[in-house]
Amino acid sequence: MPEIPVIQQIEDVTARMMDDLQRALKKPPSERRWGMVIDLTKCTGCEACTVACKAEHKTPPGVNYNLVIKTEMGTYPNVREIFLPRPCMQCENPPCVEVCPVSATYKNEEGIVVIDYDVCIGCRYCITACPYGARSFDFGEWYTMGTPEIAPYETAPTFEYSEKRVRKDDASPIGNVRKCNFCIERVHEGLLPACVTTCVGRARLFGDLNDPNSLVSEILAERSSFRLKEELGTEPKVYYLT
Amino acid sequence: MKSNNKGWTVAYWIVVLVMLAVGVVGWYWRLTTGHQMSNYGSIIPWGLWVAMYIYFIGLSAGAFLISSLVYVFGIERFRPVARLSLFTALVALLMALLQIWVDLGHMGRFYEVYTRPHFLSMMAWMVWLYTAYFLLLLAELWFDTRHDLVRWGERSGVSGFLNRVLALGSRDTTDAAAKRDAKVVKVLGTIGVLLAIAFHGGVGALFAVDKSRPMWHTGLYPLMFLLAALVSGGGLLLAIYALLAPDRGSEQHKDIIDSLSKLVLGLVLLYVLFTFADYSIVWYGSIPLDVNPLKIILAGPFWYVFWIGEFLLGMVVPIVLLGLKSMRRSPWWVGLAGLSIVIAFVAVRLNIVIPPLAVPEIAGIAQAASSPRMSTMYLPSMMEWFVTVGIVGFGAAVYALGYQLLPVKPRVSE
Repeated sequence: MPEIPVIQQIEDVTARMMDDLQRALKKPPSERRWGMVIDLTKCTGCEACTVACKAEHKTPPGVNYNLVIKTEMGTYPNVREIFLPRPCMQCENPPCVEVCPVSATYKNEEGIVVIDYDVCIGCRYCITACPYGARSFDFGEWYTMGTPEIAPYETAPTFEYSEKRVRKDDASPIGNVRKCNFCIERVHEGLLPACVTTCVGRARLFGDLNDPNSLVSEILAERSSFRLKEELGTEPKVYYLT
Repeated sequence: MKSNNKGWTVAYWIVVLVMLAVGVVGWYWRLTTGHQMSNYGSIIPWGLWVAMYIYFIGLSAGAFLISSLVYVFGIERFRPVARLSLFTALVALLMALLQIWVDLGHMGRFYEVYTRPHFLSMMAWMVWLYTAYFLLLLAELWFDTRHDLVRWGERSGVSGFLNRVLALGSRDTTDAAAKRDAKVVKVLGTIGVLLAIAFHGGVGALFAVDKSRPMWHTGLYPLMFLLAALVSGGGLLLAIYALLAPDRGSEQHKDIIDSLSKLVLGLVLLYVLFTFADYSIVWYGSIPLDVNPLKIILAGPFWYVFWIGEFLLGMVVPIVLLGLKSMRRSPWWVGLAGLSIVIAFVAVRLNIVIPPLAVPEIAGIAQAASSPRMSTMYLPSMMEWFVTVGIVGFGAAVYALGYQLLPVKPRVSE
């Protein structure tokens, strides 16, 4: 019987990152340090991350956990566009946390900057303090406002911070400040953040920065990277590869 | 307001009632539709309401500090306006608190700033200091007016009843009691000066600690806020005293106006210096995130807020009217200068809050999402205007009622 040649197995990044997650989740929370790596050379500006994020959190108009900032370089006809996806940076030293008058927003033990919706008074001081424009206010609006019926996809419950919530009237998170939380509720279930799972070009990677064997750690050791506004000393946990 | 002013009084109340009616509509919209009808967003998260809040709180701090010239520093020259200043400070504080309360996303949760304060936040400090200041104002005003409350309590009608209630059962009109009152007022006033410096410097610091906004992030801000408070509070008192004092036309009135004018003029000149120091340093270096807010202020779509509001009404008009001796002796011109300052400082506050927010921290953010909430342009919505008009109407009504029913009028020497 002729031998079938073994084709070298190429490891799928998503499967690898999910394995990394399982390892991290076995550690105590305070020993995890979630980080995101975004490969700008692979980002095509398709906005799948933005859409996945919207679908995951059912965020209303104007509430943007993730944005893809587009910059045009050069002059016609030699023009190119560069894309910069911008989730929350999950700063080690978050300026937004200091200013909150009621400690509604804080860095949890896993290093994620979270918002307690039931405490936030909606003063929006943190929005002014975030150097990355990563926070939005929930004005209680709907995409289908002004139509005969608010579409069911807008009123379906969300599970942010592992709490089941239905947006309606003036109940939180309406009237609160909102932001990306690295889909921590998904991560705790062993799933990757929605934007990472969906990224068409596999430009977004996620994992435990404290684990030297995680994909994100390996890649950061190999490739050159930068973080936004390093000079502020906020120590973001979102790294960009160039 | 004397009987020969009856026409003015009626006109005043018609305006106030219209403002209150407008306010009722605004507040109804705000309370039934939340923030949906507002025009601020996630790029410019603070708008008219925050600007008006620091405006009112500035008036309050300024009026209070002017009253302390008499109560704490013993400058008897300003005695006739001292009590009115205190009362002005109280009404302005009420307006400020209403204005910032309505700005919250969850108005019902304001108490959390008491139950779970985060003292690394300047905002938490401010709320605590306001509370202390509010209680102190009530106490100081009570001890300062107690004597007159007892006397006025002997009157009949609403005024008598109100004064009897406010006297809280006190009946002592002896000289000894009056002396004790004056002592208490001096102690309270002294604490109050410290509180006023702390809370209004604190409002400046609330902005100044925001390192993400280079235009706010300056050590000048707490000092500029205190100075702005003195200028705007002084302007308000100048207008009220020049135009409404019962002894208008007398030599004493003219003398006090003259002194008050010089004081306010000095403060205005100092404010010009501070503004120049602030703006010229921001301008230097031409780093876009730093300079662009200033470009918006000076030459943006709302250039007139600076050039007509801040520059013409806040600097040129008062400097000319208060600087010329012939003008300074006329209550009308002085009153006009005061009003001019009072209006100008709305412009000052708008320019402090909005333009530094109109330049996103990362270029291209506003274009990355197509939503009116991600706009770098902001004009207050009708709902926002209505709510604020209502608050001004409320303040004007409380002020006029107090002026008529309580012993707070400028005192005429007997």
